[in-house]
Amino acid sequence: MEVKILSANFDTKDAHKIKVAKKHGAYSTLDKLFSMKPEDVTDLVKNSGLRGRGGAGFPAGVKWSFLPKNTGKPVYLTVNSDESEPATFKDRYILVKDPHMMIEGIIICSYAIGCHDAYIYIRGEYTTQVKALQAAIDEAYAAGYLGAKVAGHDFKLDVTVHRGAGAYVCGEETALLESIEGKKGQPRSKPPFPAVAGLYGCPTIINNVQTIASLPFILKNGADAYKVHGTEKSPGTHLFGISGHVEKPGMYELPLGLPLLEVIDKMAGGVWKGRKLKGVIPGGSSTPVLLPEEAKTVTLDYESMAAHKTMFGSGGIVVLDETVDMVKLVKNLIDFYHHESCGQCTPCREGLGWMLKIVKKILASDGTIDDVNLLRELCDNIEMKTVCVLSAACTMPVRSYLDKFRHEFEAYVATNDSLAAEAK
Amino acid sequence: MSDRSQLISTGKPFQFDKERDAEFERLIKRYPTRESMILPALWLIQEQEGWISQEAMAYAADRIGTFASKVYEAATFYTMYNLHPMGKNHICVCRTLSCWLRGKQEIVDYLKNEIGIQPGQISDDGKFSLEEVECLGHCGSAPVVQVNGEFHENMDVDKLKSLLATLK
Repeated sequence: MEVKILSANFDTKDAHKIKVAKKHGAYSTLDKLFSMKPEDVTDLVKNSGLRGRGGAGFPAGVKWSFLPKNTGKPVYLTVNSDESEPATFKDRYILVKDPHMMIEGIIICSYAIGCHDAYIYIRGEYTTQVKALQAAIDEAYAAGYLGAKVAGHDFKLDVTVHRGAGAYVCGEETALLESIEGKKGQPRSKPPFPAVAGLYGCPTIINNVQTIASLPFILKNGADAYKVHGTEKSPGTHLFGISGHVEKPGMYELPLGLPLLEVIDKMAGGVWKGRKLKGVIPGGSSTPVLLPEEAKTVTLDYESMAAHKTMFGSGGIVVLDETVDMVKLVKNLIDFYHHESCGQCTPCREGLGWMLKIVKKILASDGTIDDVNLLRELCDNIEMKTVCVLSAACTMPVRSYLDKFRHEFEAYVATNDSLAAEAK
Repeated sequence: MSDRSQLISTGKPFQFDKERDAEFERLIKRYPTRESMILPALWLIQEQEGWISQEAMAYAADRIGTFASKVYEAATFYTMYNLHPMGKNHICVCRTLSCWLRGKQEIVDYLKNEIGIQPGQISDDGKFSLEEVECLGHCGSAPVVQVNGEFHENMDVDKLKSLLATLK
C-alpha cells in the first residue's frame, strides 16, 4: 500500500544531515530549476495537481498564480509548520527526518514566485524539532544552498525560522502572518487575501511543510510521475497519521484514494484489543466523524470525503473503539477549541465557552433534552459568523456527534430524569 | 500558571547575556520591521531565565524600539511564555484527543499523587511544575509527556516511574 516519495529516506540513519541527504539526491534539482523560467515552474506544479497539504487542499500552483505581478513590493513565502490540529503530526517527520527535502522545496517555490526572504513558522511546542530544523538550515547556508547566491546562481534567498509560542490559531494563515509581525495571533478579515496583501502588507504565499516538501520530486520527475499516484482529482501521496484505538499507530505515506478501513486494518493493525469500531475521525479533530458503515465506503481523497459530508483535512485519522463515550469526547473537543479561541469574535469567544458549560452540565447528569437541542442550535448560530474558521472547526465535528450519536447525549439526560423522579 | 495578566518584578534590571545578544542581532537583520523581533526576543529571555519578568519585557521593548505594551500583549497572549518562575522540572502532559483516548488521565493522576500538586501548580521545593497542555503533535505515540521541552512518547505509569526517578 505504501508509496514512499516523501518518506523514502525517513528510516535511513542520519538522513537529516546534508552529507547523507545529498547522497539521496538533495539539491540535485537546482540546476534544472535555474534553467527554467519561474512561470514554467508554477505551470509544472499546476500540472502535477499538487494540492495544499495543510487541510484545505487548494491546488498549490493555482495559489501561486494569484500573486499580482510587478507591484514593486517584495514577495514573501511563509511555510506553515504550525501543525496544531489535534491528531496531526506528519510535518514533524519531515522537519526532523528529511529537512533538506523541505529546504530544497523552499528554494523551488521561492524561485517560482520571486521570493528572497522565506519564513518557516514552527509551533513553539516543537522544541527539539526547531533545533533540528535550524541545524539543517545552517548546513544549507554553509554549503551555499542558501544566502546571497543560491547554489552559485544569481538568486538570493534567506530562510528564517520563526517560533510560535503555543497558539493553535496561528495555523490560520493570516494569524500566522500577524504572529511573524510580532502581534498576537488574531486572524485578519479577508479579502484581501495574503497573495495580494500578506506579510508586511506585501504579496505572500503560505504553503504547508508537506506541500513544499513535495516539490523536489515533482521538479525532478515531472508532473506525470506525480500523477501516477492517487486519483485524478487528488493526485500524489500524503503522509497519513493514524492514532487513537489501533494496534499500530503511526505515520504512513500512502497514495490518495485508498479505502479508509483497509488502511486502518492493513497499515495500523486494525482496532486495538480486538474491540469493535465505533467511529473514525478522518482528517484531524475538526472533521466530522464517520460511522463504521460510512467508513466502509469512504476513500482517502478530497472528493470521497466531501461526498461523505466530512473532510479530508490534514490526513490525521483517529480510530474510536466501542468503549468511547462520545459525550466525553465532545467535551474534550470543545475544551480544546474554547481554550484556543483568540478572543477576537464574540460568537467564538463566548459561544464555545457556552457550549462547554452545556456539555459539562449534560455530563454531570444535570442536563435536559432542551440542553441537547440548544447545543445543536448553537453549532448553527456560531458557525461562519466569525473572522476565521476556528469556531467552525469546533461546531462541524460537534454537530456530527450530536447527529450521529444523539442517543448517548439523551442517555445522560435520561439519568437526570430518573434522578429527578427518584427525588420526588 | 492560569493568571496571564499579572507581571512579576524582580527588582533587578535585565539584559541579554553575550550569546543571546548575538542571536538577537543576527535575527533582527532578517526582518523588515523591528516589531517582528517581539516573539523571538521573548523566547531568548525565556531561554536565558526560564521565565519572563516585568523588567525583561521592558528591556525587550527598549531593544526593539517599541512600546512595552506591545511586548506585554504578545507575552500574555502566547501561553508558552512563562510569566513567573516554573519548577526546575516543568512537566507538560498532553490532554487532547489522541492522548486522551490512550490514557492521559492515568498519567496525570499518577503525577498529581506522586508530586503532590495539581496541574497549574509548582511544588513547594520548586522541583516540579505540572501542566496539562493542548495537543503536542505526537498523536501517533500517545500519550505523550514533555519535560523541559524533551518529549517522552508512549507513556505509561511504569515508564513514568523510571522517568521521575531520573529527574532531580
